[in-house]
Amino acid sequence: MKREVPLILTGVVGVVFIIQFFIPHEPFHSLADVFSDWFSIIESCAIWLGAFNLIKLSMDRLGRRILIPTVGVVSLALLYGIIAAPGFLQGQLPLILFLMAFLLLAAGQYSRSKMSDEWFLSFSTIVSFVLILIVGFGFSAGRRFLEPGTSFDYLYVNVYSPLSSTMFAMLAFFVASASYRAFRARNREATLLLLAAFFVMLGRVPLGDLMSSFMPEGARLSNFADWIMNFPNAAGQRAIMIGIALGIVSTSLRVILGIERSHLGGD
Amino acid sequence: MSPDTSSNLAPIGSAIINPDTLLELSTPSVVVPTPQFRLGPSPATDVTAEDAPNDVGGAIVVNWKPSPDEGAGLGSVTAYTLLRSTSLSGPFDTVGTMTSGMTSFIDGGVLDGVDYYYIVDAISIVNGVAGFMTLSVRSEPSVAVQSHAQWFHKGRINALIAVIILSGSILYFITQAKSGRELFIRKIAGLEAVDEAVGRATEMGREIFFVPGIEDMNNVQTIAGVTILGRVAKMAATYDAKLDVPVRRSLVMVAGRETVKEAYLDAGRPDAYHDDMVHYLTDDQFGYAAGVDGMVVRRKPATIFYMGAFYAESLILAETGNSIGAIQIAGTAQPAQLPFFVAACDYTLIGEELFAASAYLSKEPRQLGSLKGQDVGKFFILAFAIIGILLATFNLLDMSHWFTVN
Repeated sequence: MKREVPLILTGVVGVVFIIQFFIPHEPFHSLADVFSDWFSIIESCAIWLGAFNLIKLSMDRLGRRILIPTVGVVSLALLYGIIAAPGFLQGQLPLILFLMAFLLLAAGQYSRSKMSDEWFLSFSTIVSFVLILIVGFGFSAGRRFLEPGTSFDYLYVNVYSPLSSTMFAMLAFFVASASYRAFRARNREATLLLLAAFFVMLGRVPLGDLMSSFMPEGARLSNFADWIMNFPNAAGQRAIMIGIALGIVSTSLRVILGIERSHLGGD
Repeated sequence: MSPDTSSNLAPIGSAIINPDTLLELSTPSVVVPTPQFRLGPSPATDVTAEDAPNDVGGAIVVNWKPSPDEGAGLGSVTAYTLLRSTSLSGPFDTVGTMTSGMTSFIDGGVLDGVDYYYIVDAISIVNGVAGFMTLSVRSEPSVAVQSHAQWFHKGRINALIAVIILSGSILYFITQAKSGRELFIRKIAGLEAVDEAVGRATEMGREIFFVPGIEDMNNVQTIAGVTILGRVAKMAATYDAKLDVPVRRSLVMVAGRETVKEAYLDAGRPDAYHDDMVHYLTDDQFGYAAGVDGMVVRRKPATIFYMGAFYAESLILAETGNSIGAIQIAGTAQPAQLPFFVAACDYTLIGEELFAASAYLSKEPRQLGSLKGQDVGKFFILAFAIIGILLATFNLLDMSHWFTVN
């Protein structure tokens, strides 16, 4: 039964979604909406599973050391004490963040000398989690915590966004290192890739057109770059996408018919 | 049946001066009879209404011919107001207002099986005796129309034919495979290397990381990734290699745990399984990338699998893995991320290969049969592409609309 029920559910939901694509009449239209709603409900509830799992793993790591819980509790109490001072939070958030960063760095140094990096990360996770909970629930005007000016918004704008942007910005450096490796002319295909990339990159900047300004309008580097992107590149992309579409149909059919069941823990 | 002009429905072709919309002066509302003294422009004509096609009901499409006096400036029609009633004699309620140039409107606020009549007011601003005034010139009403739900979407017949052909061929080859027919499946280098990659991790005594993409379980790429996870976990259990699966979504964590648990059971190593093998990091895209990168740098796994849907974090993950010298096998159906994986990983499953991976690794006849069925789909698409190119090149027939799905 453990496998049969999910298989039956998968089959029924899959067939309903296929039917509603071709038959817009009720009840298929509403059923598809109901199933989508149920997915959203289950997904929303399941987020707690993830959060508890993260906290549990972090606590497990912290719990292995004797001094760690003491350090964690003292730090959290310190943070809570500062935050809980009435009317203190809004103007003093930079100070709190500074203090938090100081505590985390101190913990990091301590962990480096005594314990693993994992300890430090687990500690940071717990501290951040508790801090966000306190700020979000306690000091951000209840349900309006997302509005500009709240303490939660302050943390979001000044901590979360810069960290997220930093990770994204690292992409630029990774693109450079990956391109350097990919564009080495090791064989015929790589040489072709190198040449195509050279013309596309040059054609995308004003320098390319400047260098080819002596050529007729249609033969300049920017036009050549467009041609590469619109024809050879688009043709290759479309071939891949046709394969993907067929693969999706085939996989979906296997899942709906119960032939593919390894995602449910079967062969 | 002719319209009752004694109600609030104005005489056809007459002009209503609306005091609420006077621009400068307030004067009493005036109905100026036409054609003796025609103030306003010509009305919209040929107002027709029909049930919206291929829908679940509750919608009517209204079309009209524009007023010949459309244009800019005083006296020209600058907008239309669509009005609706369940009775030809009114009262008519405003449904929507459109700028001039529009000749169609979908009224999505109707009940199925009820008669509706529509009229269109052509709106213009004139400089009359009382100053600037808004004039509404009313069209003839449409005939009665009802909305209904349709039992088949006629714009998707071509898709249905394609699904039937493709599904039919897949089912045919599954049946053939079940009856024992040998099916040739080409070698996929990335999947041939899975054994080697798991073996290497075992020899080195390091971990295997499996990243099942960043999408949830409602994405077919994630399902494909989790199915491959099952195969990899079974190999890891057999070789006694350590497996770690950091995930971005809670549902993927739950599904991944079940999959890995069953794989360890199948391999006869239930004792080696523990729940924390599959663990949640964060729902945030770059937070997840940072988390996985950190784990890779600290723990230096021997092998990393990236199987599922990836976005901008693909290169951040793959380049970090590359920097520590791990064997990396990636697979995704995100065309924009494929070049990054090709550049940074040892093997990349391109598009359809990701979906074929589970069947390929299982060697199960029924699953291999489904791969063969895909080839029939490819054959048809290729044949149509070649024929279509030839016919279009010689200007004989444009087949493109055959493949348009509404």
